[in-house]
Amino acid sequence: MSWMAWTLPTAVFFIVIASILVGMTVWEIRSPCIDRKGFLPISTTRGDRLFIGLLSSAFFHLYIVGFTTISIWLALLLSIAWLISVMRWG
Amino acid sequence: MNKIQNNRAWFLVLPVFILVAFSAIIPLMTVVNYSVQDIFDQNNAYFVGVEWYRDVLQDPRLQDSLLRQFMYSGSVLAIEIPLGIAVALMMPTRGAMASLSLILLAIPLLIPWNVVGTIWQIFARADIGLLGYAINGMGIEYNYATNATDAWLTVVLMDVWHWTSLIALLCYSGLRAIPDAYYQAAKIDRASDWAIFKYIQLPKLKGVLIIGVLLRFMDSFMIYTEPFVLTGGGPGNSTTFLSQTLTKMAIGQFDIGPAAAFSMIYFLIVLLVSWLFFTTISQLDKNKT
Repeated sequence: MSWMAWTLPTAVFFIVIASILVGMTVWEIRSPCIDRKGFLPISTTRGDRLFIGLLSSAFFHLYIVGFTTISIWLALLLSIAWLISVMRWG
Repeated sequence: MNKIQNNRAWFLVLPVFILVAFSAIIPLMTVVNYSVQDIFDQNNAYFVGVEWYRDVLQDPRLQDSLLRQFMYSGSVLAIEIPLGIAVALMMPTRGAMASLSLILLAIPLLIPWNVVGTIWQIFARADIGLLGYAINGMGIEYNYATNATDAWLTVVLMDVWHWTSLIALLCYSGLRAIPDAYYQAAKIDRASDWAIFKYIQLPKLKGVLIIGVLLRFMDSFMIYTEPFVLTGGGPGNSTTFLSQTLTKMAIGQFDIGPAAAFSMIYFLIVLLVSWLFFTTISQLDKNKT
């Protein structure tokens, strides 16, 4: 595994992503979701909302890192809040 | 009635998943790991956090090549998609001529990228190339090696030459799949050619056009070989696209960390644009039904 040059933050990152995917799979098996329309302009499934939330969070992080001096931890907190609200009301 | 679902068939997907993990997921994870470290050699790597991302995002060289890349992909799509549809509409539908035009259209697709680059490099030269010589002979100053606009036009023209056939062939197969009953109904209603195109052919082509636009976008967004062979990214940096900037960084200067950060940003952009295309087109479909 040493050739992959693991670091603790990236390991945590991938573990979180993997657990989200496993969690979503279990959730889908327990209660399958249906398309619905929230505040997003398109009707989405649960997986769509997760994808939208994660991708927009990635770009938000890039913006914060590249063009501001705001701490990345704040970006992370805001992204988590954003992800939860997209999943719940999106 | 409650239907019992058996999901065991999903296990059959396992071999594919293992293959994709080996060839795509694990390498991608490695790139993510590299992007947060300063790598000297296998035993000397230092965690630098988001430093490389900040550097890369603020580097004007990369911002310029990103802009150039979007302009390039945009112009390639804007020309190839309408042109491909037009070619498909004009192709003969049956007989020997249909087969002949299919073969002729397929020829550019069979030529490898670096050969296409070489063909155009010679074809467009002002001193010995047929195209370059002819344009100069008409009194128009043209030299792709020294003039940025000429270089741009040549690179775009080369891509159009190489890939319009793909769109044309996709659309041709889409058009052949439309049942004759639609055309008969249109005839009864005395629909004009434009109306037939707008209300029958174009909606029926949507499926193949999604594939065509996605393929052409991703391919043109990652283009490397053809401009590299044709212009080498010049004159100056005028035709240096993203992948070439990335290669220079990763292999030329051996800046693995920044190159990895740049790859991640590149990947996210491709993901975003592809998703936008796909969602827009599939939503249009949903709204209609």
